Amino acid sequence: MIRLHNVGKEYPRTGVALSHVSFQMKKGEFVFITGPSGAGKSTVLRLIYMDEKPTHGEVRVSGLTSRSASRHEIAMLRRKLGIVFQDFRLLDDRTAEANVAFALEVTGTPRAAIPPKVNRALAQVGLASKATRYPKELSGGEQQRVAIARALVNDPFVVLADEPTGNLDERATRGIFQLLRDINAAGTAVLMATHDLDLVRSTNARTLEMNHGRVVYDSSESVESVLELEE
Amino acid sequence: MRLALREAFAAFRRAPLLSALGIVTIAFSLFAFGLFALVALNIRSALVAVEERVEIRAFVAEGTSVEAVAAAMGDIGSFPEVAQVLYVTPEQALERARRELGEFADVFESAFLPASMDIRLRPGFRDPATVRGVASRLSTYEFVDDVRYGQEWVQKLYDLRTLATVTGMGLGVAFAAVAVIIIGATIRTAVLARSREIWIMRLVGATDWFIRAPFLIEGFMKGVMGGALALGLTWLAHRTISRNFIETVFFDTDVALLGVLVGALMGFLGSMFSVGRHLRQV
Repeated sequence: MIRLHNVGKEYPRTGVALSHVSFQMKKGEFVFITGPSGAGKSTVLRLIYMDEKPTHGEVRVSGLTSRSASRHEIAMLRRKLGIVFQDFRLLDDRTAEANVAFALEVTGTPRAAIPPKVNRALAQVGLASKATRYPKELSGGEQQRVAIARALVNDPFVVLADEPTGNLDERATRGIFQLLRDINAAGTAVLMATHDLDLVRSTNARTLEMNHGRVVYDSSESVESVLELEE
Repeated sequence: MRLALREAFAAFRRAPLLSALGIVTIAFSLFAFGLFALVALNIRSALVAVEERVEIRAFVAEGTSVEAVAAAMGDIGSFPEVAQVLYVTPEQALERARRELGEFADVFESAFLPASMDIRLRPGFRDPATVRGVASRLSTYEFVDDVRYGQEWVQKLYDLRTLATVTGMGLGVAFAAVAVIIIGATIRTAVLARSREIWIMRLVGATDWFIRAPFLIEGFMKGVMGGALALGLTWLAHRTISRNFIETVFFDTDVALLGVLVGALMGFLGSMFSVGRHLRQV
């Protein structure tokens, strides 16, 4: 489903961001990517939703390869991905339901099909009663739920969450994490980048630990095997 | 398409001041363009009036028979370039000279001026080469003493016309380019103001054309509105000049509509370049 093979990423100004990163993610899996700031977690996610292309190696997502993906193919791929960020990235001048509907409108969903899908997504994240609220009228945790509803509304096969709890207090963090677990339990894969080790330790989900742009630990394999793969 | 239209209209509602600024900027750049076009149009129209006075005069030798002149006039009148041939007797020539050179009227006391055939050419045949060609054919008649057509004057008139056309086109293209750049800049401001929205659109899988469409429509509409405003301002300028200084001509309806359409096209192109550049960066 998602496969990174010997991926490297270099930026002209800041240098090497990723080096020899290889891993695969299966359908329906829950995977954490952990590591300190600057370890390369967000870069891995950006490469997966093909916001950037690797300098070396190959990223393959749902049959689409980074080597030959066109802008149109990338747009089509993103309709099958749900992407969530630390800072929610909602449109402040639209209500919660309008923010969720936006993802359907701009991808050409028929008008009549939009309201039921939006209602279902908001209900799924527990915000059906606050559908007409604007982002500023919602708490941080609620805003992140709206962002997750927007990510879910197109029925993605994977949710890519980049530090989704980074701006939240402990209670909201638990709520969002549980929501992502529920989404995963319903069959959608989740790839979550976080530096919250308490969260990681609270489950037995697969963990990829990154440092200095490399995967230094994959809980599904031994460290040695990862390093061997890199060689 | 419906969403693109809705988003384009929403852009006016969300940022009315920015939109108004964009329309006024487009209007002023097109107004400058329109003013110049108006000047060029009036120069051209004045030149056409002057051009109508291009005339070839073939002086007839003294003692030539009326029959010979009449036969030649029939012959000359059938030239495709010739619109009219008039025979001017020595008496008529004297009368004309007295009329045209009033202050020297006393000098002209007797019919010493020769008779002539005055030839006017059809529109499209008044260029120096054609005039020269007709003149040289006239000089082949044995009874024609001399042919005058203000060779230098015709050449200068044509040079002036060519200069006005080339300058008009050059400045027109320059003004159009400036207008496209200004429109591009105003749309770019709108694009930057909505960069978060564009980013989210890309994130959820909107295609580039889908993202571009509202901006292209917005640019088109701003171009139409700016063009209409510029047309109104140019008309006002035309009326003011006509009322207070000299009578001027204004664009035909077709040309005026074409001007607004050019505005719309510039708005569209400005948007296309601007959004295209932004999309390549995000």
